[in-house]
Order: sequence, then C-alpha cells, then structure tokens
Amino acid sequence: MSMEISPQMFKRLEHDGQPAEETLCPSVGYRQNVWLRLKQNKLAMTGIIIIVLLALLALVGPHLSAHSYEEQDLLMVNQPPGGSYWFGTDALGRDLFARVWYGARISLTIGLLTSVICMVIGVLYGGISGYLGGRVDEIMMRFVEVIYSIPFLLYVILLMVLLEPGLKSIFIALGIVYWQNMARIVRGQVLVLKEQEYIYAARLLGAGTWRILLRHLIPNTMGPIIVSMTLLVPEAIFTEAFLSFLGLGVSAPMASWGVLASDGIQGLRNYPWQLFFPALFISITMLAFNFVGDGLRDALDPRLRR
Amino acid sequence: MVNNGVLQLVQYLLRRIVTIILALWLIVTLTFMIMHSVPGGPFASEKKLPDVIKRNLEDRYHLNDPLSKQYINYLNNLIHFDLGPSFRYEYRTVNDIIKTGFPVSAILGALAIAFALVVGLLAGIISALRQNRWQDYLAMVLATLSFSVPIFILSGLLMYFFAYKLQILPSAMWGTWQQAILPTLALAALPTAFIARLMRSSMLEVLQQDYIKTARAKGLSERVIVLRHGVRNAVLPVVTYLGFLVTDVLMGSFVVESIFAIPGLGMWYVNSILNRDYTVILGVTIFFSAFLMLMNFFVDLTYVVIDPRIKLVDRKDV
Repeated sequence: MSMEISPQMFKRLEHDGQPAEETLCPSVGYRQNVWLRLKQNKLAMTGIIIIVLLALLALVGPHLSAHSYEEQDLLMVNQPPGGSYWFGTDALGRDLFARVWYGARISLTIGLLTSVICMVIGVLYGGISGYLGGRVDEIMMRFVEVIYSIPFLLYVILLMVLLEPGLKSIFIALGIVYWQNMARIVRGQVLVLKEQEYIYAARLLGAGTWRILLRHLIPNTMGPIIVSMTLLVPEAIFTEAFLSFLGLGVSAPMASWGVLASDGIQGLRNYPWQLFFPALFISITMLAFNFVGDGLRDALDPRLRR
Repeated sequence: MVNNGVLQLVQYLLRRIVTIILALWLIVTLTFMIMHSVPGGPFASEKKLPDVIKRNLEDRYHLNDPLSKQYINYLNNLIHFDLGPSFRYEYRTVNDIIKTGFPVSAILGALAIAFALVVGLLAGIISALRQNRWQDYLAMVLATLSFSVPIFILSGLLMYFFAYKLQILPSAMWGTWQQAILPTLALAALPTAFIARLMRSSMLEVLQQDYIKTARAKGLSERVIVLRHGVRNAVLPVVTYLGFLVTDVLMGSFVVESIFAIPGLGMWYVNSILNRDYTVILGVTIFFSAFLMLMNFFVDLTYVVIDPRIKLVDRKDV
C-alpha cells in the first residue's frame, strides 16, 4: 500500500508581491572576499604600499640622480651623503643613490622571476605527481625527497663557481634550490582536490588529463601557490645577497643590493653609508614581502587565523 | 609477536638510511662531474704553464686516465676519507684544512646553537604567556627584524656599532671570549627568531588544550602547568626544526667567519671559492654535505624516539 500523491493535497498560495527569498547584502565572490579581508590587515597593506613605492623608485630612481649608476669620478671617491650625491659615493666615485635604485631593479627582478620560475616548475611537477598518483607519484616524490635531503645551497655555490657569472646563472641556481617546496605544496593540494565530485564530473564528461590538470585542479590550488610565491621573493633576494657576498653575484658594472652591501662591508670602518643604504632597502623589502605573504595566507584561509 | 610500532620504526630508519646513501652517491657523482667540467681543467690559470709541466701535473693526478677509471679511483679515495691535495697551497691537503678549521667552526656553531635554543625558547614561552602585552610585542618585533636582515649585513652592523663606534668589543680574530660574542650573536640571530616564533605559536596552541584546563581544574600550580604540561608538549615542533638549525648555522658560519676573520672551515671555504681552489671547494662541499645529512639523521632519530606521533613539519608551515 503506497500513499497516492494527488493535486488535492496541495493548496495554491496567492503571490503577495514580495520576493520569495532575498539576499540582502551584495554577493561577494571568493576573490573579492580575500581582498576585503586583506584590506583589513594593516601590516599587509603597508607592505603592498611599500612594494609599490620601491618598484616605482626602481623604475625612476636611477634617472632622478644627476649621475648614472656606472659613471666613475675618481676625484669624488668615498664621499659622504650630501651635495649632488644624496647617498654618497662608493670606492670608485660612483653615485650610490643611482646605484641603490639600479640595484633595486636587479634585486626585485631576481626575486620576482625566481618565484615565477619555481611556480612553473613546481606546479607542473607537483600537479602531475599528485594527479597521476600511484607509482609515478611515489617515484617522483622519492626523487624530491632525495634532493631535499641534500644541502642544496652548497651545490648552488658549486654551480655558480662553474657557470659564467651573471643574471642567467643566478636564475638557474635559485630555480634549482627552490622549486621542490612548491612541488610539494601543489602535490598535497592536488591529492585532496582530485577526489572531489567536480573532478569526477569533469572526467565523466570526457575531459583529458591535461585539461583536468590545467583547467580544474591548478586554478583551485592558486591560493597556497600565491602565498608561497610571495614568500619566495624575499628568500630569493636573501640568497642572491648571500651569493654576492661570496663573490658569486652579478658582475660589475651591474649591481644588485647584495653586491652593493657586500662592497659596503669592505669600507665599513670609514665609509659606513656604503653599507647602510643598501642594507636599509634590503631589510625594508624583506619586511614588506613577508607582511604581504603572511597577510595573504590569513586572508585566503581565515580558519588559520588566531 | 613483533610490536607494530617497532616494525614501523625499523622501516622508517631503513628508508632514511637508503635515502642518505642515495643522496651521498648523488653528491659524490655530481661533484665528480663538476670537477671534470671545470673550463680548461683545474690547472688552467692566468699564468700559462709550459706544456710539459702541465702534462706532468696531469699525469701525477691521473687526469689522463679514462673517465671510468678516474671515477672508480675517486670513489676509492673517498671511501678511505682521502679528499686529495689543495691546488693552491703547497703541502696542504683538504684533510689538513678540515682538521684545523672544523674544530673552530664547531665551537662557534655550538655557541650559536646554544644561544638560539636558550634565548629563542625563553622568548617564545614568555611571549605566549604574555600574549598581546609589551613582552610579546617586543619579542615578536625583534624576531621579525632578525628575519629581514641578511646575516652579512647584521655582522657588519654589529661590528660597526660595537667594535668601531662604542669600541667595547674586538672586531676580529678568535681566541678570547670577548672575540666570540659578536660572531655568536650574528650567527644566532636568525635561528633565535625562528625558534621564538615557532615556540610561541606552538605554546599558544598547547595552552588551549583540554588537558591544560584539566590541570588547572585539579588545582596544579601555574609553574607545574606551564613547565610540565605546557612547555613539554609545545617544544616538540622545535625539535623538528633542529636539523634546519644546523644547516642554517653552517651556512651562516661562511659569512660570519669571513667577516670576523675567524680561522674556521667556513672562512677556508669562502677563500677557496674566491681563489677558485677547486679541490678544496669540492672536498669541503662533500664533507659539509655528509656532515649535514648525518646531523639531520640524528635529529630525526631523536624525535622519533621522543615522540612516535610526531609528524615531519616543513619549515615553511610556520
């Protein structure tokens, strides 16, 4: 015996002109939501403003000075800040103001490009490893594990000793050190996401591996990827500065902040400004990027916030 | 019946040992390949050597043997801990350099690690207990600042203010306790900051746990709650950082020893890079790698023994 459902059981209500349901606040998308949360984070916003200012100064700074970054004036060696030399001059009479902002170009480029390079390698490696799973995943991750257990900075030093000094070698070297972490993060995310219904749905509709990986999985892992990219920028600048100190940075007349600071160490006793100015801007940049990275992490995942 | 936990431990250890052996082999082979891709060979220099002398040198170092034979020869020497002679300093082998330099570096490193652990843990515990008060803010501002100054700049600034401006501490060399203060501070700054932040967040998490409430409800004294129940549980993530700590301190020692003119292995290493003394660079690199991997292994062993529940924490998670 089953109950019959007949039209008599239902009563038609008159429409009273009011909407049946209503959303009172405007709907906020994921990205807007993240941006709204980020905007409330004072440290992160300060960081963003500082980064924009630094980038602007890196673009126009070298032209503000009356001197070019490579112009040597042997009569004006080791001048303290003042006159037309706002940050003083170095041991070859070059204008430090122009050099600091020229160095900003090089250092920021190194930080940003390294972070992009690692993103591309890490996303592809981690994505493939996580999505294919099984034996492929095991072998690929074992490889990362072996590499991870090697103190890789030592090998970067070796590599830099052998490669021609210059920007390209620095990108190769930094790319080699930092991609593995990105690969691990992406793999972890993909492992979780690939079991979700929308992936099954996509596969059911006949989407191929590449399509699922590039259109469905990777866009959804962007949050953690962007956070670690932001935090990678200061780390790459840091490592480049370390390499410069070992004499393995970009070669003259090019100069990164790391090169400027390690040159500054030589004349520290008598010409301290040669260290102070590059040191100041390296530190401000580190702080700014770390604030933005931390802020982004909190904004992307508010549950993590304490 | 074999205990399941023990079996897992043995499995884990075997896995680690295999990884280490693989990595060591990779390192050694990589080093060998690098050695042989040096442009112009190790005897190329600004001064051109007469051909006969060059050939004699190459014969002496077996550079004209087939590669496979050289590779086996090289592995054989390594197994006997023979890292070969220096190409720049007469009468000095890489082994000599390690023997004289490493003890100095080890003392400096141990001082820095001790400082980082004591100050970092204390700062972390205090800022967690005084969350959002001035002690907390002070500690975290200092920690954030240490994160944003590269070590060679910090060394330079310390030297400038304490040795040149205030003139209360010596600026260089090694031997007295005063000479150890600035290098230790410079070397310890980053790890201290890291440990303090790690300990603070871990301690805050532990203090919210139910067992802390239970301990309070039982009427235990605050001292017992903080030390026995809080710190003991909160310190575990810090143990997982110790492997990285050793690596950080070692890398930092290159810079600190060079700037403060401390005759440790780090300074030798930097000098050999500047002089392109290939055998020393390669030998010391192999030594450092093996040392770091062993230290990491011991650290892993320690925390598997301390707490089998522990999961490997990535430093980026903090």
